[in-house]
Amino acid sequence: MNSFHPHLVARRARQSTIVIFAIFGALTAAFFNVQVLGSEKYRLRSDKNRLRTVYLPAPRGLIVDAQGIALAENVPGYTVSLLVSSEEELHDALDRISAITEIDSAMAGEVLARWRRAPTDPVLLFRDPPLELVAQLEERRVMLRGLVVQTEPKRRYPFGPMVAHAIGYVGEISERELEERSFPGARFGALVGRGGLEHQYDERLRGSDGVRFIEVDVLGRTVRRGGMGGRIEPGQGDTIWTTLDVGLQQYVAETFPAGGRGAVVVMDPRDGSVLALYSAPSFDPNAFVGAQGMVERQRLLTAENQPLFNRAIQGTYPPASPWKLAIAAMALRRGLIDLDSKMPTPCTGGLQYGDRFFRCWQQEGHGDLTLAEAIEESCDVFFYQLGLRLTLPTILNDGTEMGFSEPAGIDLPGEAISFFPSSTQYYDDRYGRRGWTSAIALNLAIGQGENDQTLINMMRFYSMLANSDGAAVEPHLVERRGETARSLDLTSEVLDGLRESLLSVVQTGTAAGARIADLKIAGKTGTAQNPHGEDHGWFIAFAPADDPVVVVGAIVEFAEHGSSVAPMVNSIVARYLLGENHGSEQYRMVFPADSAPEPVQILPLLPSGD
Amino acid sequence: MINPAGFARSEGLNRPLVVSVALLGLFGLATLYSAGQTDVPTPAADIWQKQMVWFTVGIGLAAVSFRLSPRYLEWMTPAIYVFAVSLLVLTLIVGTGAGTAASVRSWIALGGMRIGQPAELAKLATILMLARLLASRRAAANSLRDLIPASVVAGVPLLLVALQPDLGSAFVFVGILFAVLFWAGANPWLLLLLASPLISLLLSFSVFSWGIWIVLLTALLVWLRPFILEATAVWLTNVVMGIMSLQLWGTLAPYQKNRLLSFLNPEFDPQATGWHLIQSKVAIGSGGILGKGFTEGTQKRLAFLPEQHTDFIFPVVGEELGLAGVVVALALFTTFLLALVRIAGHATDSYSSLLVFGVAGMIFAHVIQNIGMTVGLMPITGIPLPLFSYGGSFVIVFWVSVGLALRVGWDSRLAGYHN
Repeated sequence: MNSFHPHLVARRARQSTIVIFAIFGALTAAFFNVQVLGSEKYRLRSDKNRLRTVYLPAPRGLIVDAQGIALAENVPGYTVSLLVSSEEELHDALDRISAITEIDSAMAGEVLARWRRAPTDPVLLFRDPPLELVAQLEERRVMLRGLVVQTEPKRRYPFGPMVAHAIGYVGEISERELEERSFPGARFGALVGRGGLEHQYDERLRGSDGVRFIEVDVLGRTVRRGGMGGRIEPGQGDTIWTTLDVGLQQYVAETFPAGGRGAVVVMDPRDGSVLALYSAPSFDPNAFVGAQGMVERQRLLTAENQPLFNRAIQGTYPPASPWKLAIAAMALRRGLIDLDSKMPTPCTGGLQYGDRFFRCWQQEGHGDLTLAEAIEESCDVFFYQLGLRLTLPTILNDGTEMGFSEPAGIDLPGEAISFFPSSTQYYDDRYGRRGWTSAIALNLAIGQGENDQTLINMMRFYSMLANSDGAAVEPHLVERRGETARSLDLTSEVLDGLRESLLSVVQTGTAAGARIADLKIAGKTGTAQNPHGEDHGWFIAFAPADDPVVVVGAIVEFAEHGSSVAPMVNSIVARYLLGENHGSEQYRMVFPADSAPEPVQILPLLPSGD
Repeated sequence: MINPAGFARSEGLNRPLVVSVALLGLFGLATLYSAGQTDVPTPAADIWQKQMVWFTVGIGLAAVSFRLSPRYLEWMTPAIYVFAVSLLVLTLIVGTGAGTAASVRSWIALGGMRIGQPAELAKLATILMLARLLASRRAAANSLRDLIPASVVAGVPLLLVALQPDLGSAFVFVGILFAVLFWAGANPWLLLLLASPLISLLLSFSVFSWGIWIVLLTALLVWLRPFILEATAVWLTNVVMGIMSLQLWGTLAPYQKNRLLSFLNPEFDPQATGWHLIQSKVAIGSGGILGKGFTEGTQKRLAFLPEQHTDFIFPVVGEELGLAGVVVALALFTTFLLALVRIAGHATDSYSSLLVFGVAGMIFAHVIQNIGMTVGLMPITGIPLPLFSYGGSFVIVFWVSVGLALRVGWDSRLAGYHN
């Protein structure tokens, strides 16, 4: 049969039609699969292809004082970045920019390193450049295709050095911090808090960065900016309300001896809220913002007087005489003595113990004193004997219980852990089992020896004394970390008595010259032995003595005597309780002669062989 | 039956063919215009205007081929075939490369100017030659031996094209050969046996799949009971193909190997070989159902889509007009091909019938190969999509083919074969 018979041809035409429909059907199915079922995936990939993310940094939250006055705020600033697709393009762009402003090889290297870290992100060139430079760069935008100039909130600290240590400052996150995830959620190039509340509450302050997109072509060259693919606005970080009183803080900063080193903390003993925290010398956190920030920071980090060091929470000093109250509290709690008890040996300017003579600060001696009087006069001989009666293990045990080997727990980063041995094991380990004697108790009893406390930890202890129930509070600037159930465990009569004797320190005792009429200020002076130079002076006070609402503590390095610190502290108390016109300037300050006894060498220079 | 009174010329033209070609042509031009609308400088910016010139020339030549009597054409066929094959041989000797395949010798250049790709002409010439060869037979092929002459007619240009190397066009020759043989009434099982060495080659990448194929083939041979010599030859060829595949693989150019590997797994080398397919699928997939809007395709605008005016023009449709645009294009191609099948079915003589069906086979092969590769159904080869891809030679061959088909339809209408 002819193969082109119409029936056969018609049959083949039908078969061909079926094949055509089948194959085009399969093609349609394949497109359905890609365009409908896979649409989302491919759309994402297409966006990823062409859109480069530019972060819009969120303004950090404000940090305000108790009245709402801003301590850290934001002002508009600029950043200049470059979006490039290759190293050559980056070099090219840097060459062009170097015609306008100087780019040294260090900066070029840094920019290159940044670019390699995130080649698809705009690489940061200048943070907070002068406006003139921004304008010049904008003019050359045609030559600098990938130029990204954007406004970026810039941190400003209106009070500058006055409240620097409490607030801290901001800096760019380091490579290492990124790796260690020290700041969860912070991206490469982000500004994070450094020190102070900026650091402590960084996550809350940071806010959420926004994004916008720049469209690039297949070679990564910028084609369009903005407008494409939407934009997510940044969300400002939370406002942090502190307990600080900026007026008082200012007064503290102004009252602190110019050029001196040390720290002052003002705290409400009832709840632990810190009203002022000042460390000297201070620094201007505004100097760290902007182009010269890194240089300035490096300079301060290596400065001899260590301005970045927060002496209120990071400096540890022998607690000296203020610590005698801890010894008194231990003895009273254990019922060894009461406030009217006297020691067997009256003070004649010193105490012979074994083959060594332990001196009292007052060479002529204090005579026969009760505990209350001994506190008032800060008599070393009395406390030597009391220390011996308590015995060394008890001092170590009770001191640890009172929190002297722990940080105070203030909500600031980098608080030093106060040093105090928790048991005699420490001495065994350090000097050998027979390498030390119970004479150590004598030194500990007057706040010397193996005992280094931060100001803030001493403040915590004094707020226990100040509270009618002897309960401890946690010092804080924003919020407490947790409740501590620690208490001095003394009856309110005993506590009243202790406060009474502290009151007489200011009225008649070692700080009598600092007394301010109408104010019942209770406090304790101290002189910390400093083997490297002049002694450090302490003074910690609370007022009003019968129902304290404020504790003020100060440590002044090289002040020689705590008594010279007392007038400053008392005027701060007056400023707080009486307001700005307290008139303390009318009082002439007379510095009493309070001095620490010569340190007695009680430990062998070399561990003995036996 | 001739209608002597009032038979308007236009009524003699096959309307579905004219309408579908006109719409496809406009669709293709619009897409080509869009392919030039990019955010980065592209040589394709004004290429739609050049394509208009080619279309004009092509339509003019279609008018010429429309006036050409199939009888005259049949007489001329051997000369055309020999001329086309000679050009292919010449191309292998003096041919030059172009564009992305610069190392491929597929162009004939005269005085430094490329004047055309002989492979496109050879496709039409092969169709004509096969039509002439098979039309002269009265009985359909019943043995493999009967298929040998036709296989040689298609095999010679196929081999020459494959040597360029241009695997895409070689595939089209296979499509043409099988389409024409099928239309000439060859037993489909016989065609399967003819194709078996190729299938064997493709399946030999895995011993398991190849083993299954050999078992199936053996069963088929036992069931079909062809001549014992043919059966042995087929079986042996299959085995040799399976064994030779490794050597044949070694003869492929590196880019061809990569293309095949990328076809199997596009993420094999996403930056280089797989790039085309990945970006093509991203363009198509991101178009979704309704697309990103005419000229608005971002993959295309930002040059992520390679060869957006030639081999990868169809993803532009997919990205900008979405599945809707794709379905319209596929429907138009279907209408066009069915019109060709219908003309072939009603042709006045077997030469004309085979000629038109061969053209349908050629265009079908182009369409499924080109569109199929954009979604990963076919390996990537550089063959143009009719009426969409920019390019002179194929546009001319296409329009001339359309002219011939319209003439065949016209003749059968005049002869009253069709109403």
